[in-house]
Amino acid sequence: MIPEIGHYALMLALGLALIQGTMPLIGARTNDPVLMSMAVPTTLAHFAFVAIAFGALAVSYVTSDFSVLNVYENSNSAMPLIYRLTSVWGNHEGSMMLWVSILAVSGASVAAFGTNLPATLKAYALAVQAWIAAAFYLFILVTSNPFVRIAQAPVEGQDLNPILQDPGLAFHPPMLYLGYVGFSIVFSFAIAALLEGHIDAAWARWVRPWILGAWMCLTLGIAGGSYWAYYELGWGGFWFWDPVENASLMPWLAGTALLHSAVVMEKRSALKVWTILLAILTFSLSLIGTFLVRSGVLTSVHAFATDPTRGIFILAILIIFIGGALALYAWRAPLLKQGGLFAPISREGALVFNNLFLTAACATVFVGTLYPLALESLTGDKISVGPPFFNSTFGPLFIPLTLMMPLGPLLGWKRGDLLGAAQRLLAAAMIAVVAIAAAFALEHGGPVLAPFGVGIAIFVMAGAVTDIAERTMILRVPFGAALRRAVGLPRSAWGTAFAHFGIGVTLLGIVGATAWGSERILEVKPGGMIDIAHYRLTFDGVFTRPGPNYHDMVGHFTVRRAGGGLIGTMEPTRRTFPARNESTTEAALMSRGPSQLYLSLGDPGADGSVAVRVYYKPFVLMIWLGAVVMFFGGGLSLSDRRLRIGAPRPARSRIAAAQAVQPAE
Amino acid sequence: MNAVTRIVKNALQAAAVLVVLLTSSPLWAVEPDEMLSDPALEARARALSQDLRCMVCQNESIDDSHAPLAHDLRVLVRERITAGDSDAQVINFLVARYGEFVLLKPRLSWHTAALWGLPPAMVLFGIVILVIAARRRADASLAAANLTAAEEARVSELLRSDGAP
Repeated sequence: MIPEIGHYALMLALGLALIQGTMPLIGARTNDPVLMSMAVPTTLAHFAFVAIAFGALAVSYVTSDFSVLNVYENSNSAMPLIYRLTSVWGNHEGSMMLWVSILAVSGASVAAFGTNLPATLKAYALAVQAWIAAAFYLFILVTSNPFVRIAQAPVEGQDLNPILQDPGLAFHPPMLYLGYVGFSIVFSFAIAALLEGHIDAAWARWVRPWILGAWMCLTLGIAGGSYWAYYELGWGGFWFWDPVENASLMPWLAGTALLHSAVVMEKRSALKVWTILLAILTFSLSLIGTFLVRSGVLTSVHAFATDPTRGIFILAILIIFIGGALALYAWRAPLLKQGGLFAPISREGALVFNNLFLTAACATVFVGTLYPLALESLTGDKISVGPPFFNSTFGPLFIPLTLMMPLGPLLGWKRGDLLGAAQRLLAAAMIAVVAIAAAFALEHGGPVLAPFGVGIAIFVMAGAVTDIAERTMILRVPFGAALRRAVGLPRSAWGTAFAHFGIGVTLLGIVGATAWGSERILEVKPGGMIDIAHYRLTFDGVFTRPGPNYHDMVGHFTVRRAGGGLIGTMEPTRRTFPARNESTTEAALMSRGPSQLYLSLGDPGADGSVAVRVYYKPFVLMIWLGAVVMFFGGGLSLSDRRLRIGAPRPARSRIAAAQAVQPAE
Repeated sequence: MNAVTRIVKNALQAAAVLVVLLTSSPLWAVEPDEMLSDPALEARARALSQDLRCMVCQNESIDDSHAPLAHDLRVLVRERITAGDSDAQVINFLVARYGEFVLLKPRLSWHTAALWGLPPAMVLFGIVILVIAARRRADASLAAANLTAAEEARVSELLRSDGAP
């Protein structure tokens, strides 16, 4: 009964979404307040029905109802509760359900909390949101129905893919989807602005919280996925330039550009047309990302052929939404008036520089990811585009970006003083030079150019500190006064500094872990010792340990300093899942400050020996710590007063007008 | 080779190394029994295998992959290196055998020109657009400052009528 309720609720949600997509639209065009006012209740009701559908699927999973095909294929009654719950989205159908649920939550929050939005803008935005939702409901109902029953219910399910039986599944997909879907709101507002043929700085202020929130979630989602891959895949790699990763990186790059161009639009009312285009592109990339991953087209061109309805449906949705949005843009964008002039050397100029390089980087990832696919379907030639390509194209675009990053916040709006800004960065540059020298002095046998990477990272961090030091005038006024200035600074200023600082932290982690890491790959017998960096590991032996739906082969290692002092033990594990007869490697990690010892277990030999991979990864934790700092910075910006208060209301300008009139009396 | 080209070449190589350092991640699925005893040859084999694709895997280099094919290719690369092949010879041997699909970094040729050309082209294109837009804006602001003949006439008319009681 419960799955049927879910199925029915999803159909009702589709019906409501169609009403939500048409009535407010007609209302906004004919200026009919009654039709426009239908947007809010339909959005909320449609959200309620999606919540029921998602809840029904979740209940089927938690109660292990194997009469539902989707549950049977992806769950097992022996799994712990948390994995029975997360396996709801550990498969194609369920992850689409998660997608639409988050979409409905976002739409509902615009409907419920967007009370200060102009009526027509809100009606248009919610209508566009409804069309996106309707397309997805139709896709789920027609090609990916998670509520399909099996006539003869099996006793036991087939279990979830072992790699997905990890806390990472509880965190990574929801965060990514929050990011993707957050950008859908920005997209809807962009389309609404095009339909209205009018856009102003207030628009940027309304959408900025959404851009920020989506960007924060995407940042953390990508970082979470990277850390998951790092400890789960057993090679200690943290970024593979895998098409699936690229699919999430592209919206992040475009979204980061959007975040910055929206600032220009809000403050200076410039770059309007470009910001609208970026808003469309960012969500288009989110859509492409979701679908490329979900359709399996990236794995092989032929994945389209295995399920033609899904593939064609996907293509149709992409063409209608992206093509439609871009066509509307081409038609209506010339109506939008350009505002705010600025000199090339100015805060706006720096943000344009940022946008240029971020967009180019995004295009590089896009082409690198899709080129093999396009080439094969056009000419039949098969080529591979892998990490070496991205390293040699993406890197050169990112270096100027990071070098310019500290400069931007120090330049004034409209017309900046490049020399003055450069002078204020002198201290940061000197710290970076000292760091380079120190890295050269301290490294033994690392790559020659790694210290310069450290230099860039330190420069970025010191630049962020400089920004705050300049704004608080910490070295020029008494400490108490500087402290008061620091408290008085807009939180968005702190947010910028933290986010930029986070980039430096991540960069330092990447340089440290790649340039100065050590590795040992060897077979070791019980009692054998492994020396790596300044640690000595002793292999004590292997034992087995049962788990709820798996059994573990655990290697026991004692870790000592090279000098002999005991530090602790590490237990790398190979986990076998009998339901699918698959196994995973559970690497053992030991954090030493920001660095980590990484131990993963290979195949056991006949004589009690095991193959092991041991890595020492200096600063590796900073890669993800940087993302957390970026997230925190985004949160500070989000809590900025002007975003909390929202756009100025007409009432306030009336008061201001009244005050302005008073002296004349 | 003259001094200038040598300096340029060295600088380019240095930049390439920096880029690799900043972005690449070392990944290993090499088994202990595959490794060559000579560390210099082994290092070459490792560097080469990071640029070669395991053809049956999803976007994995033979250095990362646990697949049997990747194992065979790792052994093959080491055989060629031990036999005295240069890096380029090993690559050519593998491309002749498996096609360009085996290279994770596609060679520059007519059918990859768009791929390699895009990143610099994007930046250049962006700069051109920005310059054009800046010019147009400057023209527009000048045009706004200069009134048309009809507007001039209207202004003088308004001024005249304002002067009348």
